[in-house]
Amino acid sequence: MAVKDRIEVRELEPEERHHTFSEVSLGYTYEMAQEEAKRCLQCKVPTCISGCPVGIDIPGFIREIVKGNLDRSFKILKSYNYLPAICGRVCPQEIQCEGVCVLNKIGKPINIGALERFVADWARENNVNNLTDEESSNTSNAQKDYVDKKVAVIGSGPAGLTVASELGKLGISVDIYEALHEFGGVLVYGIPEFRLPKKIVGKEISHLEALGVNFIKNIPVGYAISPKELLEKYDALFVGVGAGTPKFMGIPGSELNGVYSANEFLTRVNLMRAYKFPEYDTPIRIGKRVVVVGGGNTAMDAARSALRLGAHVTVVYRRTESEMPARKAEIAHAKEEGIEFMYLSTPVTYIGDAHGNLVAIECVRMQLSEPDESGRRKPVIIPNSNFVIEADTVIEAIGTEANKFLLNQFPDLKTNKYGYIVTNEMGQTSIPKVFAGGDIVTGSATVILAMGAGKTATRGIAEFLKS
Amino acid sequence: MENPINEIVEKKRLCKGVYEFWINNEFVAKHAKPGQFVIVRNTEKGERIPLTIADVSGKQFRIVVKAIGKSTLELCMKNKGDVLHDVVGPLGKPSEIKYYGNTLIIGGGIGIAAIFPIAKALKSFNNRVNVIIGAKTVDELILKDEFTFADDLTTCTDDGSYGKKGSVVDVMKDKLRSEKFDVIWAIGPAVMMKYASLVAKEFDTPVWVSLNSIMIDGTGMCGGCRTVIKKDGESEIQYVCVDGPEFDGRYVDWESFIKRLSQYREQETLALESFIKQVGDISWL
Ligand SMILES: Cc1cc2nc3c(=O)[nH]c(=O)nc-3n(C[C@H](O)[C@H](O)[C@H](O)COP(=O)(O)OP(=O)(O)OC[C@H]3O[C@@H](n4cnc5c(N)ncnc54)[C@H](O)[C@@H]3O)c2cc1C
Ligand SMILES: Cc1cc2nc3c(=O)[nH]c(=O)nc-3n(C[C@H](O)[C@H](O)[C@H](O)COP(=O)(O)OP(=O)(O)OC[C@H]3O[C@@H](n4cnc5c(N)ncnc54)[C@H](O)[C@@H]3O)c2cc1C
Ligand code: SF4
Ligand code: SF4
Ligand code: FES
Repeated sequence: MAVKDRIEVRELEPEERHHTFSEVSLGYTYEMAQEEAKRCLQCKVPTCISGCPVGIDIPGFIREIVKGNLDRSFKILKSYNYLPAICGRVCPQEIQCEGVCVLNKIGKPINIGALERFVADWARENNVNNLTDEESSNTSNAQKDYVDKKVAVIGSGPAGLTVASELGKLGISVDIYEALHEFGGVLVYGIPEFRLPKKIVGKEISHLEALGVNFIKNIPVGYAISPKELLEKYDALFVGVGAGTPKFMGIPGSELNGVYSANEFLTRVNLMRAYKFPEYDTPIRIGKRVVVVGGGNTAMDAARSALRLGAHVTVVYRRTESEMPARKAEIAHAKEEGIEFMYLSTPVTYIGDAHGNLVAIECVRMQLSEPDESGRRKPVIIPNSNFVIEADTVIEAIGTEANKFLLNQFPDLKTNKYGYIVTNEMGQTSIPKVFAGGDIVTGSATVILAMGAGKTATRGIAEFLKS
Repeated sequence: MENPINEIVEKKRLCKGVYEFWINNEFVAKHAKPGQFVIVRNTEKGERIPLTIADVSGKQFRIVVKAIGKSTLELCMKNKGDVLHDVVGPLGKPSEIKYYGNTLIIGGGIGIAAIFPIAKALKSFNNRVNVIIGAKTVDELILKDEFTFADDLTTCTDDGSYGKKGSVVDVMKDKLRSEKFDVIWAIGPAVMMKYASLVAKEFDTPVWVSLNSIMIDGTGMCGGCRTVIKKDGESEIQYVCVDGPEFDGRYVDWESFIKRLSQYREQETLALESFIKQVGDISWL
């Protein structure tokens, strides 16, 4: 059987993207969504579901699109996924739901992410009630189970927001503490506007406020309020502080001006809106030539942001394109936009001038070794392959580690050898009253996994509060 | 009626371009320890400005701000009754306050405000507290009447208009020649802290300095505040906002630290010029 071609989403033309942080993907029109939805075979045994970390009833929500029943479709999505407008945009679909769609065998998979986004955007634009029918009745009925119960959520990334939402729906009173001046975690300080408009995150947060969740910003838990105080004041805690501490390669010259971690670069650009300097006060140094080190989503986001700030950008990655962990769509976008890729290379020294400013980078070439026992081919340095490239700015996007800010003040909380919090299958930590989830438990992962962890922990917390 | 959170409840001009504020924020006031700082934003579009907590009282805390660029200028133009857009804190590791014995506490310029709570706390731990404060000239010698608790207070000015003539580092050297100290705190402009650290090293005495590196989040998330600490032949990257802000100045790599302070010189000048154009004459400040 011949399959119809996959309907690709509308996008800003690459030339148009150069000087704007507007969203690149424009999504589907109603007609396009219908077309694409009709391609779904409505499999009896839908493999796609097994690829989704939260097990969304994918054929279900797609069927309702075909029927023109967007309201129903949205309710299905919402009952599994608290942030569909966000996941539709940022999930690595090619290795999750879409990666296991049966259509891969005979053609291109259903564009599940784009359909999910379409329905969620439609709902947001039409102010469709955020709660499923069941949940609306829960919110009014369930209170009696949890009268006077109070839970504190620490960190407002996807994990924390999910917990707040789920507990809020159960009628439990939730205070969510955030160290920064905006809520959303990586969704606001890391992922750029052109991939995830801030107003979408803002809207989700306003829904939560409507649920009665109390948002408290500017509170770095650990210092402004101690874990002990929280333990006294609340019936349970959820820790979702993320894995926000950047790693540096630590090569000579790392202290030079112009050497950034991707976190700093992206935080300046996204959270602090440095792309609008001097209207906004926070500056950014960009120069003419920017080198980004790494091959993940963070590297792509940094590279594409630097390009939009007017630089010529090269991504230096130590393996080859096929090993790059970034979403395929972002790699494709980066290439279309004119970003250069230098594979099998890595910096060894940053070279500065007398004022301490970066001027060039010494790199070496790498080659991939034979696969090791884990099956990964490790990059190894080719001796005497050094070469120098000019650069005004280098952005290291080589990963993050556990954010110790809270953990240092919370020594009783058991962590593993990498510094991440240890939990049981219900998200419960070594302190029974304390639950945790998201990147601070798993290490850097994805939005949908952080949300999934939030859901699990919510069930754990609900059980715990009943007993 | 209660004051709103982050309201300026008191403002006082200490000298030209330097203001003291008391801000209402019970989270900060209740938890702040000497050596810690807050991060403040003036407006929705403002940058995050780190400032040392210079004292607390009830639900209020004190900051002393020197107007040197756009953001600090804008802050100094705020008045009693205004509410700051954001206040985050306390942040940073508190000073290691304990019994040491004979202590020497040095504040230069605006750094005098930063050493005030530290000196007070050391006194409460029965240390002998010797204080040196200094500034360019008598007008800039702030808080000079507040160190009445000190066992010994030496004041100095570069131009000799008050106290000894010379810098705090000159006075420090004299003191170290005649007396043994168990620990030193030296806080002020980067260059002063650098020289104070060199002197302390010469006399083999630990010296705490408070690094004012450029920061954003203040929670260890961006790495922008990082600095190089060199000890026993090894250099290590440390985050000033969470591993500091206080470090033993003998091990700070002052050269790279000072260079990193000028990262945004170009953009800062631009921001300041356009702000002054907007607000007009600021000579009254
Ligand atoms: C640049 C970038 C791009 C990415 N792109 C993608 C993508 O395309 N798709 C995808 O699925 N995933 C992506 N990820 C990964 C994804 O964003 C994370 O896995 C996810 O955000 C983790 O969620 P979280 O809730 O665990 O923590 P976070 O999102 O990290 O949020 C933690 C929050 O806790 C706050 N906090 C920390 N300490 C304290 C404290 N002591 N007190 C109060 N608050 C505190 C932090 O300020 C932060 O707001 C990306 C990550 C980055 C950095
Ligand atoms: C832990 C700490 C405590 C501090 N305590 C005080 C204090 O008690 N009183 C006080 O007046 N100042 C204090 N500072 C310095 C103060 O934060 C800066 O003067 C202020 O941010 C400058 O902003 P601006 O826009 O006015 O000046 P700009 O024109 O932006 O900068 C002038 C100079 O200030 C420094 N600077 C710029 N941006 C930052 C930033 N985001 N973070 C830190 N430094 C920056 C740079 O060296 C720059 O060259 C402290 C800094 C730190 C890190
Ligand atoms: S949440 Fe993510 S993985 Fe699940 S269906 Fe949606 S896009 Fe696919
Ligand atoms: S596997 Fe693909 S075709 Fe089958 S139900 Fe899922 S999305 Fe539709
Ligand atoms: S200010 Fe961001 S890590 Fe210290």
